[in-house]
Amino acid sequence: MLQRDWIIVSNERLTEQVWQMSLAGDTTDFKAGQFVEVEVPDFFLRRPISVCNAKEGLLTLIYKVVGGGTKRMTEMKKGEKVSLLAPLGNGYNLCKSGDRPLLTGGGVGVPPLYMLARCLREQGKQVKVVLGFNTGCEVFYENAFKSLGCEVELVTMDGSYGLKGVVTDYLNDDYSYYYACGPKPMLTAVIKKLGVEGEVSMEERMGCGFGVCMGCSIETTNGAKRVCKDGPVFESRLIVERS
Amino acid sequence: MVKSEGNRLAVALGDVSLQNPIIPASGTFGYGVEMSQLYDINILGALSFKGTTLNARYGNALPRIAECSNYGMINAVGLQNPGIHEVINTQLPLLYSIFHQPIIANVSGFSIDEYQQVCSLLDKEERISILEVNISCPNVHQGGMAFGTTAEAAAEVTRAVKQVTDKPVYMKLSPNVTDIVAIARACVEAGADGLCLINTVLGMRIDIRRRKPVIANKYGGYSGRGIFPLALRMVNQVAKSVSVPIIGCGGVETAEQVVEMMMAGATAVEIGAANLVQPTICKQIIEDLPSLLDELKINRIEDIIGIV
Repeated sequence: MLQRDWIIVSNERLTEQVWQMSLAGDTTDFKAGQFVEVEVPDFFLRRPISVCNAKEGLLTLIYKVVGGGTKRMTEMKKGEKVSLLAPLGNGYNLCKSGDRPLLTGGGVGVPPLYMLARCLREQGKQVKVVLGFNTGCEVFYENAFKSLGCEVELVTMDGSYGLKGVVTDYLNDDYSYYYACGPKPMLTAVIKKLGVEGEVSMEERMGCGFGVCMGCSIETTNGAKRVCKDGPVFESRLIVERS
Repeated sequence: MVKSEGNRLAVALGDVSLQNPIIPASGTFGYGVEMSQLYDINILGALSFKGTTLNARYGNALPRIAECSNYGMINAVGLQNPGIHEVINTQLPLLYSIFHQPIIANVSGFSIDEYQQVCSLLDKEERISILEVNISCPNVHQGGMAFGTTAEAAAEVTRAVKQVTDKPVYMKLSPNVTDIVAIARACVEAGADGLCLINTVLGMRIDIRRRKPVIANKYGGYSGRGIFPLALRMVNQVAKSVSVPIIGCGGVETAEQVVEMMMAGATAVEIGAANLVQPTICKQIIEDLPSLLDELKINRIEDIIGIV
């Protein structure tokens, strides 16, 4: 983890509430599934945002406007300096993927799966991606995953785009290992459907983001774990008893 | 380590010499490991590690953190810690191996007996220089009222802890009281070697869309830059009425504020919430102090303690 200034290369709206910010800086140590803490002018706490991609000096963050801090982030302009704590958290374990990994995510749980998919594709893995959104106008990154050569399935709650329902309606056991990221109820449903041979990325309200304040500790089957430092990615068996 | 003879930042908490007055506050620095990956933590004056209870505690339900716009944050972590035995067996050996300055052990308890047990175990740890006793926890035997809210209970904890240790005992005072001076005096009369103030200020935020408190515990401790004037005033009031050393704490994030805290009466200064958002803040303050002293025409920083 380093505290460094990055330069905003672009900051654009992807959908009604979801934005994409690209930043220039040193991306050498980033792993898929990690996150960064973004300093936001006029707010005390930094905002934890998952890494959508980090490659060759370009960091891509996708964030949803959920309150004042993320709204303020949308006003940050190209060329401005931003202080980040990065990279943070453990990231996904790529060694476990097997040949046919399944990646499934919902909403702003989708972005970290992009870098994961890219890394797995670079290793020549056959990657299946099942992405869930509430409605068609919230869908983003479908083509980005397709361009990586992933098999992509889109699911919307209202059926306005792709398949109708939730991701778990369309997950079958034709995969070697799974990776999931999304809201808690979705992760619980994924674990219930697919079992514990996989890993999930958790999200909690954080204080520091690097393991000192204990603000984001969750109970796991192996004791209390800090989402920011011991996670955000956990083996599903650790959170199997969560409801 | 810079020898204190020629070191203008040196201060002394009683017999404990610090190379500078900057101490990360308990709960904002873990056991030093994470921060040691960011900078050389041996530049610090001392370090106060995460509050320790007798048994392991998971702490409160989530969410535990609420932001207070640009002024700070509320936390209701609920003293999550692995318990004193695990701390002594695992965390402290690691801390000793990476940190060679004075160590302050922050102790919490929910009964007099618990404070005594934890302190007597820490008393055997040679590397620990000061016991900092948090009396903002509820007394489970007295209807959950915090020890730190009455002079009698604060004094009782002080006496009990002093019985089981020869180490200097600093009582960490709660600001959530009507008369902090009375409580400070009671602690000193009961044998406290020093005081640390202030702990967090009880606060609350409400999510107006969900019509619920932001944090699961409903209320929590407000810290960060917004509490600095309150902390400064309390340090000044207490400093005028007791003669033991005071560690000032509350919203400090610049070298200027360290000087203010010391002018108000603090011998050393703890940096808390600022560590969580600017993890190199203590390093920055230590680097900024010498030129600030030059500008203010202060030779040695200890010369300004309590001058206002």
